[in-house]
Amino acid sequence: MGDDATTYVTDEMRQAQGKWGESRTAPPIAATDIRRWAMATYYPRQPPRVYWDAEYAAATPWGGIVAPPDFNPFAWLVERPRGGSPGLAGRRPDGKPLTGMNGGQTDTYGAPMRPGDVVTARSRLVDWWEREGRLGHTLYVRSEIEWRNHNDELVKTRFSIGIRY
Amino acid sequence: MSIRFDDVQVGDKLPAWSRKTGFAEWNRYAAVNEEFVPFHMDDEAGRRAGNEQGAFGMGNLRYAYIVNALHDWIGDAGIVREVGCQYRAINQKDDVLTVVGEVTEKAVENGEHRVRLDIDVVNQRGGATCPGHAVVVLP
Repeated sequence: MGDDATTYVTDEMRQAQGKWGESRTAPPIAATDIRRWAMATYYPRQPPRVYWDAEYAAATPWGGIVAPPDFNPFAWLVERPRGGSPGLAGRRPDGKPLTGMNGGQTDTYGAPMRPGDVVTARSRLVDWWEREGRLGHTLYVRSEIEWRNHNDELVKTRFSIGIRY
Repeated sequence: MSIRFDDVQVGDKLPAWSRKTGFAEWNRYAAVNEEFVPFHMDDEAGRRAGNEQGAFGMGNLRYAYIVNALHDWIGDAGIVREVGCQYRAINQKDDVLTVVGEVTEKAVENGEHRVRLDIDVVNQRGGATCPGHAVVVLP
C-alpha cells in the first residue's frame, strides 16, 4: 500500500456523502436526438426501426418510438451547471489536476424514454476508496444517479465508479 | 422478431455482436453524447493520459454496444432491465470489439420473466475489456 498520508479525498466529499445534490432537468427529448444516438451507437450498421421509424414503432409492444436505454438526454445542455464544488471529484495535495476515467456502472431501467419526455436527474456520492495502481495513487468514487420523467416515473438508477489519478 | 422466455436455456450464448472501433465510431459517439474529452480525440492527449498508443475509446460506447447486442438478441418485445460492467482494459484504435454473453439464470420476479446473463466485450486478441452482467425481460 502507499503512503498513508496521501489522500485525494476532500472535506467537500465527506460533507456531501449520501446527500442528494440539486436536481437538473434536460430539454424535452426529440425524435431526432434518439435517431442520431442510435445511428452513432450502431454505426456503420442501420439501427433498429423502433428507434427511428414512427409507423413501425407504433406496431411494436412499445407503441411508438423509444430511446435506446443508454440514451443520454443531458448531452448538449446550453447551460451546464457544474456539479457543486470541483472538490467533490477529489483533489491532489499538490494541486495538480486529476485525470478522470470511467470505471464502470450498473444501470437499472424503468420507464422507457420517448420523444417529448422531460427527464430530471439527481445524484449523490455513495462512498469511495483509494489504492496504489498502475497509474499511481488512485481514487475510486461511487455515485448514485436517479432519473425520473415528467410523470415522476423512474427511468433509470445508475451506480457508477469514477476513477481519479 | 423476438425470442421468448421459454426458448431460452441457461448456458445459451448471446449472438456475437461486433464493431471495429476508431475515430469514425468515437467521434460519432462524442457528437451524440457531447463527450469531447481530449484523450478520446487526440493521440498526444491519449499518451499524456497514460496510454502509449494514443487516443482511446469511450467506456460509454462499449456500454452502448452491450445494450445494442442485447436489443438485437431479444427484439422489440423484450426489455433491457439492467446492465452493469467494469471498464478493465482500454479500447485501442482499430480494435474489433465483440459483445459476448451467456445466460446464467432464469427467474420470474415482480411478475416479469427475467433472464440474467454474464456479459463482456472482448477485443480481437480475446482480451476481456468489460466484464459485467445484464438482465432482460422476455415475453
